[in-house]
Amino acid sequence: MLGQSFPFDMAHMLAGGMVTVSFMLLFQDRLIALIWFLALHALALALALAWQAHRQAADDLYVAAALALVVKAILIPMGLRWLVRHLQIERTVEAVVGVGMAMLFGIGLVALSVMVMLPAATHSPLMWEDLSFALAVVMLGLLIMITRRNAMAQIIGLLSVDNGVTLAVVGIRGMPLVIDLGVACLLVAAMVVFAIYFKHIHQRFDSVDVHVLDRFRGEES
Amino acid sequence: MDLPFALCLVSLLIGAAALVAPVAGRSWASVALYGLCLGVSSLLLVIGLWSLVAMGGGAEAPLLWLPLGIPGQGVHFRLDGLSAFFLIVINLAASAASLFAIGSGRHEHAPHRVLPFYPVFLAGMNLVVLANDVYGFLFSWEVMSVASWFLVIAHHRQPENRRAGYVYLIMAALSTQMLLVTFGLLSGFGAHLDFDAIRATPPSLDIARLALLAVVIGTGAKAGLVPLHVWLPLAHPAAPSHVSGLMSGIMTKVAIYGLVRVTFDLLGPPEWTWGAGILLLGGTTAVTGVLYALMQHDLKRLLAYHTVENIGIIAIGLGLALAFRANGFQMGAALALTAALFHVLNHSLFKTLLFLSAGAVLTATGERDLDRLGGLIRGMPITAFCFLVGSAAISALPPLNGFVSEWLALQAILISPELPQWILKFLVPMVGAGLALSAALAAACFVKAFGAAFLGRARTAAAERAVEVERSSLAAMLILVAACVLAGVLPGLVVDALAPVTTLLVGSHLPNQITQPWLTLVATTPERSSYNGLILMVFIALSASLSAFGVHRLASRRRRRAGAWDCGYPETSPATQYTAASFAQPIRRVFASVLFSAREKIDMPAPGDSRAARLTLTIRDPVWALLYRPVAVAVTTAAEIISSALSLSIRQHLGLVYGTLILLLVVLALWQ
Repeated sequence: MLGQSFPFDMAHMLAGGMVTVSFMLLFQDRLIALIWFLALHALALALALAWQAHRQAADDLYVAAALALVVKAILIPMGLRWLVRHLQIERTVEAVVGVGMAMLFGIGLVALSVMVMLPAATHSPLMWEDLSFALAVVMLGLLIMITRRNAMAQIIGLLSVDNGVTLAVVGIRGMPLVIDLGVACLLVAAMVVFAIYFKHIHQRFDSVDVHVLDRFRGEES
Repeated sequence: MDLPFALCLVSLLIGAAALVAPVAGRSWASVALYGLCLGVSSLLLVIGLWSLVAMGGGAEAPLLWLPLGIPGQGVHFRLDGLSAFFLIVINLAASAASLFAIGSGRHEHAPHRVLPFYPVFLAGMNLVVLANDVYGFLFSWEVMSVASWFLVIAHHRQPENRRAGYVYLIMAALSTQMLLVTFGLLSGFGAHLDFDAIRATPPSLDIARLALLAVVIGTGAKAGLVPLHVWLPLAHPAAPSHVSGLMSGIMTKVAIYGLVRVTFDLLGPPEWTWGAGILLLGGTTAVTGVLYALMQHDLKRLLAYHTVENIGIIAIGLGLALAFRANGFQMGAALALTAALFHVLNHSLFKTLLFLSAGAVLTATGERDLDRLGGLIRGMPITAFCFLVGSAAISALPPLNGFVSEWLALQAILISPELPQWILKFLVPMVGAGLALSAALAAACFVKAFGAAFLGRARTAAAERAVEVERSSLAAMLILVAACVLAGVLPGLVVDALAPVTTLLVGSHLPNQITQPWLTLVATTPERSSYNGLILMVFIALSASLSAFGVHRLASRRRRRAGAWDCGYPETSPATQYTAASFAQPIRRVFASVLFSAREKIDMPAPGDSRAARLTLTIRDPVWALLYRPVAVAVTTAAEIISSALSLSIRQHLGLVYGTLILLLVVLALWQ
């Protein structure tokens, strides 16, 4: 059974795992649980990267995998948890569309991603699977961002989009390490900015619901 | 050496613009600048002439590459026959206009708004015809457009000039956008920007069709093809007169250069339908242009509408040349193309002459309205003579130059029954009839313009007091008069000079004219069609002198005194003279009541009421109502919809972007 298709199956499973976790992110409505799922998402990414590194025998991908594990799966979730505790916003987040609708829509997005990437199947089926999963993760991340009104949840959506992009780039066969390092640094810097931003809007409005920003702009809808 | 020298001269113009900007207010700046422009244009004219003669002898077109513009690409220049010919057209008129402005420039009340842009405008036009790659062409084209826009709004305090500038800006942007599309298609979506590379790999037929459509819109908007002409009669008169002359006389020709360069040089072998399309556009433009002109009583606007008409005549020649070339009739193509290019030269000469004369009238009287002029021939006899020669030339009267090119165009139309396509068999004679009609209507229009402005009695005090303008301005007009007469009497020289150009573009040329006996112009064969301007001029001169002699000799010398004919009205006010509007009335009633929905409303006072009767004339431009208003309404509506989207919340904005992304992905998924 562990024949020729094993590397393929493994990559498939890990990337598919990321899509599954994206769905979890989509319906989860408690902040702390959302952060845990983000960590899980990054862990799946790190595993996928490590598997690709092993398969392509590319050492720099191991570094990328380690980076994903340390920065995205451990440091960032820890930071976010600290933020949530610090701001005392461990309460539920409200989704705009119903969870059922969002899930159905997400399934449609996955199907769309698979269809869009169909031409890649002529090059290699592996690339097709990888790219369609990656695109699905990106699209689901964006969907999370627009269905949530809580700034923290939106940031988590953005981070999952970043995970999807990383998956796509690696699946194409290797990515220069320097880019991955740069992106990781950028993410850490972004976290600092987010923290300041959250702190400010929380101080001012006593909430991290971006709806209050609309109200502040005088555009109550 | 000629090409680098020409480019040095052009850069001299740009340098002069930069230098003159801070000192434009000084009295000597205008004379110095226009003197420099005169010198540079004359040298460029010599270079053009020299290159064209050299190319007649079989010389290669010089190429030049300069490391400017896009890094790594540079800019390519080339001076082939077509460029050399247009260099002559541009710089002949430009030298005359510069000479005119040396004198009249001191009447300019806002020199700092004119002087810095004038040399840049000249430089832009020269660079367009020298450029040999997409970047160089589009960049110079934009320089030309923008510089001329600044000149149009030089007198920006008048609201109609601001409106003209606004409309011009929109149409110039449209023109450049369409040229960008054209060259995008031609260059294989930016793969090779060099014209030589485009020539080496002609586009496929579908691409060529699209590119043709884009280039006709792009250059047509600049040249003034109906219905893209609307900006032209607003913008050309708004500029100072010598600039109006250049905009009408040569900027429209630079647009024609763009059309010729793309359709004959870069697009590859044509289809006959392209020729038919351009022919139809040309015919419509020629007839509507002159009808518009007939309705005008603003002198400069009337001239601007005649530019539209003449662009139509040029387009007729180009369309015919394309149709002949598509059918493999090289002789016919050469004949039609010669006619078109000859008319390019002619129109640049007489239109510049007419605008300069109109400028002299404007300087002397401060009036452009024909109904406020009159009797100027007494105060300004030389200007009147120049305007008369220009009018005769534009009305295609022999022995002047306008006749020769229209005669050549009609010769090309006469051999068109040899074309196999039945649409062309019908279309070409129809367009020919339109061409003849437009020449006749132009004559009527200039009888009106000359009569109302220069003959009769002065209608205002300003017209009464008018005197001639400066000598340099008169010299400029007289030079153009001489050029008009020379090109009309010795057309063989021009046709021979055009031989390398037509050989370059359609692979054939007219019979060698210099070897024909008695300087006769031969279109195809001497038996079939020939014209001799020289003999005709001698005949006209002889018969005119003879009749004058006869009248003076044979008529009674006794002086008679009688009351002047007063049209049946014993009123002596100059306002009761035949006006420009009254002159145009019969033609207006025949043509314009349908085309322009011209309506006359007479408001007679009741019997016993002593108030004046009123005649109200309304003319509606169908192009504005049918083409531009719907576009304007659509743009306004779209802008309102988009501006309402600006007040959406951040999440709604994100949703819009997300929706668009999904839509694009769906399209992508379905497309493959």
